[in-house]
Amino acid sequence: MEDTKPQLLTVTIDGIAVEVEPGTTILQAARKIGPDVAPPAMCYYQPLKGSGGKCRACLVRVAAGSTKDPRPMPKLVASCLTAVQDGMVVENTTNPQVVDARNGIVEFLLLNHPLDCPVCDQAGECDLQNFAFDHGKATTRYEEDRRTFEKKDIGPYIQLHMTRCILCYRCVYTADQITEKRVHGVLGRGDASEIGTYIEKAIDNDFSGNVIDVCPVGALTDKTYRFKNRVWFTKPVDAHRDCPTCSGKVTLWYRGDEVIRVTARKNEWNEVTEFICNTCRFETKKTSDWVIEGPTKVSRSSVISANKYRADLEKPSFGKRLAAAEYKPIHDERDTSQLSIQQLPPERFAKTLPSAVEPEP
Amino acid sequence: MTKKILTEHINVPGIETFDVYRQQGGYTAVEKALKTMTPDEIVEEVKKAGVRGRGGAGFPMGMKWSFLAKPEGVPRYLVCNADESEPGTFKDHYLMKHIPHLLIEGMIVSSFALGANKSFIYVRGELMYVIRILEKAIAEAKAKGFLGKNILGSGYDLELVVQPGGGAYICGEETALLESLEGKRGNPRNKPPFPAVKGLYQCPTVVNNVESIATTSWIINNGGDAYAAIGIGRSTGTKLISASGHMRKPGVYEIELGLPVEDFIYADEWCGGIRPGHKFKALVAGGSSVPILPANLALTLANGEKRLMSYESLSDGGFATGTMLGSGGFILFDETSCIVKNTWNFSRFYHHESCGQCSPCREGTGWMEKVLHRIEHGHGHQHDIDLLVDVSKKIEGNTICPLGDAAAWPVASAIRHFRDEFQWHIDHPTEATQPGAVYRGEMALV
Ligand SMILES: Cc1cc2nc3c(=O)[nH]c(=O)nc-3n(C[C@H](O)[C@H](O)[C@H](O)COP(=O)(O)O)c2cc1C
Ligand code: SF4
Ligand code: SF4
Ligand code: FES
Repeated sequence: MEDTKPQLLTVTIDGIAVEVEPGTTILQAARKIGPDVAPPAMCYYQPLKGSGGKCRACLVRVAAGSTKDPRPMPKLVASCLTAVQDGMVVENTTNPQVVDARNGIVEFLLLNHPLDCPVCDQAGECDLQNFAFDHGKATTRYEEDRRTFEKKDIGPYIQLHMTRCILCYRCVYTADQITEKRVHGVLGRGDASEIGTYIEKAIDNDFSGNVIDVCPVGALTDKTYRFKNRVWFTKPVDAHRDCPTCSGKVTLWYRGDEVIRVTARKNEWNEVTEFICNTCRFETKKTSDWVIEGPTKVSRSSVISANKYRADLEKPSFGKRLAAAEYKPIHDERDTSQLSIQQLPPERFAKTLPSAVEPEP
Repeated sequence: MTKKILTEHINVPGIETFDVYRQQGGYTAVEKALKTMTPDEIVEEVKKAGVRGRGGAGFPMGMKWSFLAKPEGVPRYLVCNADESEPGTFKDHYLMKHIPHLLIEGMIVSSFALGANKSFIYVRGELMYVIRILEKAIAEAKAKGFLGKNILGSGYDLELVVQPGGGAYICGEETALLESLEGKRGNPRNKPPFPAVKGLYQCPTVVNNVESIATTSWIINNGGDAYAAIGIGRSTGTKLISASGHMRKPGVYEIELGLPVEDFIYADEWCGGIRPGHKFKALVAGGSSVPILPANLALTLANGEKRLMSYESLSDGGFATGTMLGSGGFILFDETSCIVKNTWNFSRFYHHESCGQCSPCREGTGWMEKVLHRIEHGHGHQHDIDLLVDVSKKIEGNTICPLGDAAAWPVASAIRHFRDEFQWHIDHPTEATQPGAVYRGEMALV
C-alpha cells in the first residue's frame, strides 16, 4: 500500500468484501456495496449529527470483529453506529438471527401504528412501508388498543400526526441543528413520548419545513399539500431558483402542469442532500418561479419506480445478493471498483427469508 | 456475627454528624490517602480488594478506574449513582440516611484517586430529605477542612455537588444519568464511547454506586488484601442486601458474600425465616430485573449443592436454573403470591419507565404488560404464553441500554419456571380471577 493514501479497511458483508476508509460505519460500507446489502435505516440520517441507534432496524451480526481479534460480537449491533475494523465479517440478511430480529422490529414499529396509509400523504414514499414490505409479516399478533394522542396544531405549514410517529428523533435533530433555539423535542416517556409543542415556537423559523422531509413516516406532512394527491400520480422535476435564504435547489412535484408540492432533493437513501427554506417550500409554487433542470432521478426504492410493489416480487435471494455488487440501477453513480465477491457456503444464508405474504403458523 | 464494613457504626447515636463519625474513626482514610498515598496506589489497593460494582452489573471497580482516560488538560469526573429506583432495592437510601459521612469520605478518597476536582452525587429526586442530610454533612466536612480548597494542606481541591435526580428509573442507567446531570432529557447514550472516555460534558468520567464508593474508606484503612480476604472467590467483601417480602424480619442486612441463601433466609441474624404458617415459593434475588427462581432452585444449585449469596453462585446454571446478585434486592414470595400478578406488576413498572428511545423496549414493554394484564384478568388466550416468550426474546439484547433486558428477563424467567401457573390462569379464568385466588397446583414449596 502506498504511504500517501489512507490505509483502507476491508470489511465483508454478506460475502461481499468492500474497502472503506477508517471511521466508516458498517451501514455506510454496506451502502457502498449496494441497496440489496444495505441494512434498512429508520432513524439514522447521514446529514444529521447524532442520529441513529434508536430504531434498531439496522441490527446486524458481527461474525468476526477484525483480523486482529476475530471473535464474534456477543450481541447484534446497530450497523449505523458501529465502525468497521479491518477484516470484520458482517452478516446482514444471511443470518437468521438478524432476519428474525428485524422481523421483530417491524412488528414493534407497527404495533401502535394506525396503518392509515390510504389517507396518509406519505404513502408511497414512506420508509416504514418499505421496511415492512421488505422485512415484515403480513399479519399482526397485537390485539390490544392502539395508543392515541391529543391532536396538536403546530402551525399553518406542518401537520403533525403523532399516532404515525415512530420516534426516530430525526425531526428533533433537524430542529436542533438547522434551526435555532430548539433543545428539547420529545416530551413524555416510553410509549407515551410525543413530539413536543415546542415545534409551534420553532415554526416561524425559515427552515422548519425540513422536518417534513426528514420524517420517515407521515407524522409530519406538508399542510399546503394535504390530501391534494398521491405520490405515485405526481411527477418529480428538479429545479432551482435564486433564493436569498437557501440554495434554492429543490424537487417540484407536478400534477399535470401544476406544481402541487415542493420538497428538498433526496439521494437514493431518501436523505435530503440540501435543506431548503420555507419560502421555497411553501410559497413558491409557480413554474415561472423556477428554472427547470429536468426529471428527478427516480431511486429504485421509490414507489414510482416500476414494479416496486408486487405480491409475487422475488425476494432477495442468494444469486441476487451476489449480483448486488455489480448491480447498478440507472443513474446509480456508486463506485463499485472496490468490491470483491466471496463465495459463502449456502448454509451461511438465512433459511427463512422474510416473505410478504407469509401465513401465520 | 459476620464481618461488618459499612454498617459497623450505623447504630451509634449521632453517627450522622461529623463529630460522632470522626470519633468512630471516620475520615482517617482521607488523612491516610491524601498524606501518604499517591492516586495510583489507591487505585492499586481497590484493584487488589477485588470489589465489584454494587449497582447491579458487578463490574470490578478497580478495573473500571484504571480504564479512565487521562488526556492532558481535560477535567475528569467522579459521579456517584444514588438514583436507586430498582424495585426491591433500598440499601443506598439506608446508608445515606444513617451514615452520610461514609459516602462523603469515600467520595473524597475516590475522587483523589481518579484526579477529579469536582464530583457529583446524583440522588433519586424523590429523596429530598436524604439530599438535605447529605448537604448538611458536606457543609460539616467542608467546615472541618475535608472538602474545598487544599484539603488537609495536601494541595488537593475537591468540590462535592449533590444533584437531585430527574425522577425516573432510567436516570439510574449511567449514561442517562450523565445526560440528566448535564440538564438534558435522561435518555441513555449509545455505547461506545463509554463514560471512561467520554462521560460528563464529554470528559472522562467514572460512575459508581453509593455502596461501591462507600467501601473505599475501609479498603484504604485496612488494605486491599484484607478486603479480598473477606467473601468467597471473586465475590470479595460484604454486600448490603435489601430484604423484603414474606419473611419475618425484612430490612437491610450487611452480609459477607458467600453466605448460603438458606442461612440468610432462615437464620435469626438475618431474615428470620418465612412468615409463620407459610411456605417459601419463589425468590427474586437481586432486584426486579433479575430472573425469578422457584424456592428449590433458590436454595440449591442444579447439582444439589447449596446456593450461596455470591455473584458466581447466584448465576450458576445460567438463566436455565440460575439468576443474578444484581443490586441485592432480595424479594421473597410465599405460597400466597400469584406469580402472574407479580410478573404483570414488574412489567407495568418497566413499561412505565422505558425512556422510549428504542423501538423494541418502547413498544415491547407495553405489549408485554398488556398481555400479562389480560392473562391476570381472565382474558388470556392459549397462544399468549408463547407470545410473551417471543416478545421478550425480541427485546432482549436488541436495545440501547439494559433496561430492555431488565424488562424481558422477569417475564421470560417467570414463564420458564412457573408456566403451569400461567396456563392455569388461561384455562380457569373464572377461578383465577376470584379475590385472593392463587394457583395451588403442583410446585416445589419449601
Ligand atoms: C435501567 C437501569 C437502572 C439503573 N439504576 C441504577 C441505580 O439506581 N443505581 C445504581 O447504582 N446503578 C444503577 N444502574 C447501573 C448503572 O448503569 C451502573 O452500572 C452503575 O451505576 C455502575 O456503578 P457500579 O459499578 O459501582 O455498580 C442501572 C442500570 C440500568 C440499566
Ligand atoms: S415526527 Fe417523524 S421525524 Fe419526528 S420523531 Fe416522529 S417519525 Fe421521526
Ligand atoms: S432500552 Fe428502553 S430505556 Fe433503554 S434506551 Fe432503549 S427505550 Fe430507553
Ligand atoms: S438506523 Fe441504526 S438504529 Fe435506526
